[in-house]
Amino acid sequence: MEISRHWRLKQQRYALVGEVCPHCDVKIFPPRDVCPVCGGEAKTTFAFSGKGEVFSYTTIYEAPTGYDQTVPYTIALVKLDEGPMITAQLTDLGEQPVEIGMPVEMVTRKLRNDGDERGVIVYGYKFRPAWKMPSQA
Amino acid sequence: MSDVILAGIGQTEVGEHWDRSLRSLAAEAVRQALSDSGGLRPQALFVGNMFAPILSRQAHLGALVADFSDLTGVEAVTVEAAGASGGAALRQGYLAIQSGLVDVALVVGVEKMTDQVGFGVEEALATTTDSDYEAVAGLTLAAQAALVMRRYMTEYRVPADGFAGFALTAHAHGAGNKFAMFQKAIKPETYARAEMVCEPLNLFDVAPNADGAAAVLLTRRDLLSKNFQHPLVRIAGAGVATDTLALHDRADLLWFDAAHLATARALKQAGASLDAIDFFEYHDSFSIYAALSLEANGFAQRGVGWKLAAEGALALNGKFPCATMGGLKARGFAGGATGVYQAVEAATQLRGAAGKNQLNGVQMGMIQSLGGPASTAVTHILERIDI
Ligand SMILES: [Zn+2]
Repeated sequence: MEISRHWRLKQQRYALVGEVCPHCDVKIFPPRDVCPVCGGEAKTTFAFSGKGEVFSYTTIYEAPTGYDQTVPYTIALVKLDEGPMITAQLTDLGEQPVEIGMPVEMVTRKLRNDGDERGVIVYGYKFRPAWKMPSQA
Repeated sequence: MSDVILAGIGQTEVGEHWDRSLRSLAAEAVRQALSDSGGLRPQALFVGNMFAPILSRQAHLGALVADFSDLTGVEAVTVEAAGASGGAALRQGYLAIQSGLVDVALVVGVEKMTDQVGFGVEEALATTTDSDYEAVAGLTLAAQAALVMRRYMTEYRVPADGFAGFALTAHAHGAGNKFAMFQKAIKPETYARAEMVCEPLNLFDVAPNADGAAAVLLTRRDLLSKNFQHPLVRIAGAGVATDTLALHDRADLLWFDAAHLATARALKQAGASLDAIDFFEYHDSFSIYAALSLEANGFAQRGVGWKLAAEGALALNGKFPCATMGGLKARGFAGGATGVYQAVEAATQLRGAAGKNQLNGVQMGMIQSLGGPASTAVTHILERIDI
């Protein structure tokens, strides 16, 4: 189900492709073809670095269909280094406590499992802590 | 233009009505509203609903509700704006009367949230967020509110129990409302001990999903029947506004701009200042949203909306009564019916018929219906007209 819809979004989901405004240089994600700051046409594609920091976060225990297998999970507002904010799950946290301001980087993971046997598995961006983990001796 | 009067009001009890269907809930509220009006017949019906197509597999509620309310033939449509559907339907009814093309308009809010539980309901609720960029990450409405609340508590240094006042106020007021889902006051300890839903949001920061229907019949003042029994309550002003659908696209996460704009428009139309508002039915789907509504509407400075609740200012005998019949938290969150419940409750206060919860000498009340984190906001100002 909904295969075309997920296919249509693959550039955003896998590579954080947004736009840059040719008039005022504002970076835009997700793409909307119009600059939210100056109102000018903004169709120039721009690939975000995938680096950012946690702006806010919480943990979900009661999840919607398709996400109930992975509870509890942590979800965050991530402020990308280039400006825009996005909503994404945090992953690979280990014992690491999450904090506002924590630097994170994008990784590609499974987002949801559509229930039935014909269902597609949706992949896309999550974020993990960006500093080096202490090595396990 | 003659005043637009709330000529008839009706509501069902709010709760988990496993034995009641969408159509029977709606029909009960409609019967009450028609009878309360002294026998007016509507020419147009606006149904506020957010989830029937998903949770009850039933679209086309305009025809359904008309049919089962014995109003077949009437003009009828559904109005959807997530949690603001009820307020948006009221707005459409008001516009219809104001246009002069409709003499009597019926507004019904109806929601059946409990036909499904757990994952299914969460999935339905998540469809009101940005499906491609929020819901896909597994975001829920409670999590969205928690993201805002954590940021608010961090920026304004709110203590852990800082929001308790909203639930305490709501439940104290629900105790006097026989239609409310919860009719028992709670203690501060109950809030403090409550289970976390999405940290820092606990169970008492979240309005419970429920079933219910409410109805309002609108007409022009000159069309009221000669034997109309109630004090007159008119819609003095109305406003609707939108903000970014996705929370992450807000330039300022802690400012409900749509709430601000909708109220500014309603006040301007009413020719009233904020000081004239005697009470406020806010949209406390989450306690943080009640705080942000108080701030965006100008009833509190930024960062201190929570203090009004903590200090008891929102109580029936407080400086500025809010959620006077229990609000979403204690009356229950009956989805798209909510905005119409608010109208029924405010009209009841202004008619002087609110029983144990009656406020003294109130002239003007404001109601506000929000969709999501105020991605849509609908404000109505109701006023008692003394003849
Ligand atoms: Zn620009």
